Amino acid sequence: MTQVPSSNGGVEQAAEWLMRRQPAAPAAYCPVDRPAKMRIEDFGAAFDGTEVLRRLNLEICACERLAIIGPASGGKTTFLRSLNRLNDLNPGFSKTGRILLDGKDIYDRAMDVAVLRRRVGMVYAVPIPLPWTIYENIAYGPRMAGVAGRGRLDAIVEGALKSAFLWDEVKDRLADLATNLSGGQQQRMCVARVLALEPEVLLLDEPCSGLDPISTAKIEDALLELKSKYSIVLVTNNTKQAARASDRTAFFLMGELVEVGPTSQVFTNPTHHRTADYITGHFG
Amino acid sequence: MRIPPAVTQRAAVGLMWALTILTLGVLLFIIAFILANGLPHVTWTFLSTSPESMGRAGGVLPMIVGSLWVAGLAVLISAPVGVATAVYLTEYTREGRLTAVIRFGADCLAGIPSIIFGLFGFVFFTITLGLGFSILSGALTLAIMVLPTIIRTSEEAIRAVPKSYRDVSYGLGSTRWQLVTRVVLRSALPGISTGVVLSVGRSISETAAVMLTAGSALGFPHSVFQSSRTLALHFYVLSREGLSMPNAYATASILIIAILLINLSAYALMRRFVAKVV
Repeated sequence: MTQVPSSNGGVEQAAEWLMRRQPAAPAAYCPVDRPAKMRIEDFGAAFDGTEVLRRLNLEICACERLAIIGPASGGKTTFLRSLNRLNDLNPGFSKTGRILLDGKDIYDRAMDVAVLRRRVGMVYAVPIPLPWTIYENIAYGPRMAGVAGRGRLDAIVEGALKSAFLWDEVKDRLADLATNLSGGQQQRMCVARVLALEPEVLLLDEPCSGLDPISTAKIEDALLELKSKYSIVLVTNNTKQAARASDRTAFFLMGELVEVGPTSQVFTNPTHHRTADYITGHFG
Repeated sequence: MRIPPAVTQRAAVGLMWALTILTLGVLLFIIAFILANGLPHVTWTFLSTSPESMGRAGGVLPMIVGSLWVAGLAVLISAPVGVATAVYLTEYTREGRLTAVIRFGADCLAGIPSIIFGLFGFVFFTITLGLGFSILSGALTLAIMVLPTIIRTSEEAIRAVPKSYRDVSYGLGSTRWQLVTRVVLRSALPGISTGVVLSVGRSISETAAVMLTAGSALGFPHSVFQSSRTLALHFYVLSREGLSMPNAYATASILIIAILLINLSAYALMRRFVAKVV
């Protein structure tokens, strides 16, 4: 772990640190014999009859960072929102196929959606702090899950903020409004808010799209740390981010999965020419 | 001949100023006229004693108490019903025929003259249900009357809660009920309170509907099953029957001041609400 400089530490220092930063260690590719955390089988999704995802087959392994790249309206976000059934909130949504979490179909009647969403947590592109204090924001999820008692909640809040690399910056002002944090801090607070639920899978939908390089680096470092405990799915429009912050990369195009493989291979020797075109910036 | 744009601009501004001043002027004149005629007669004795000889002398204490009872009870009944309806319309159904019918019904209720509510309350609450002329009959009638206001303002306040909060709350594994109670209503509370406070004002100033339901007894009300005359009705009776114009104006002054205070608190709440959302 490289030491993260504080956001106000001066531009030069930050730039120097960014250059010194080691590229991510050679990705430990999820071995095939490791059981998949989530298995997507022939999954298709449509809104009001318009097909958005087609016959998707993909596995999300335990303890890996899977990046999803591809041009806009390729179904990346829909895919992510299908993994914890947030698409269900849209009345026009329909799906085919199955998504298994630890071997159980998440769209099965027996699946408690609230429990599913605690196990498969989501961080959105834009940080959305609820208009309360930092503490209340982080404690909201656990409270809804029935965790009570100041002591237990305090411990959860502290742990989550530490995992999101935010604790040192906010530990003295947990009672301040979360909306007063900077953009990068808000996004890390949103990560912490999800981590407070101790999910098994962490979904991130372009979490750094509105952030400065320092905040982005902090979130990427957090992801590297977190992958020992969680499966991470990172949707990103930034191919460089996918290259440095993932173990495997999947390329989505027009609602279809074009290819998926170890990040180093996808970026150096892609099997599909469309992937190569996108990565080298010929379109998208 | 073409009029230069600068002239039309100046003329338009002048006209709007004149009309604004006219509107405010009329309002201020009414308030000033009533307060000038009424305030000199508002004394502590007037506020704290019962009327004598049909209101020619004495005070208005029973009317103040009766007004508070009727308006308070009415809002106490209609606020939970109205807020629950608004929550149902915004959070628990999708837009469709049913929501359209409910909204249409609420809008129709809002357009009905109050004397019709009074007639309905008289027939249904006082006679059919046997509640007689009572505070309860009046409060139930007013509750129906202010219901559309509460539904509409609550709906607006709930809709103003950003949609993204719902994604966040669901994403963190909350149920719909938890979302509504912990996030939506909490954020919408100032807006909802504004509607409720305005409804209190409307209930306090209502005359026709309470005349036919709460009755016009002059005595001090000791229970909600007793008839009680409200301030607005007392003013109506005093002036209509020529009993005592000074006391009528004094009653009206109390009423106007009460309503001004209620509206001011509503605006204060609204400002807090806007400041929070923006």
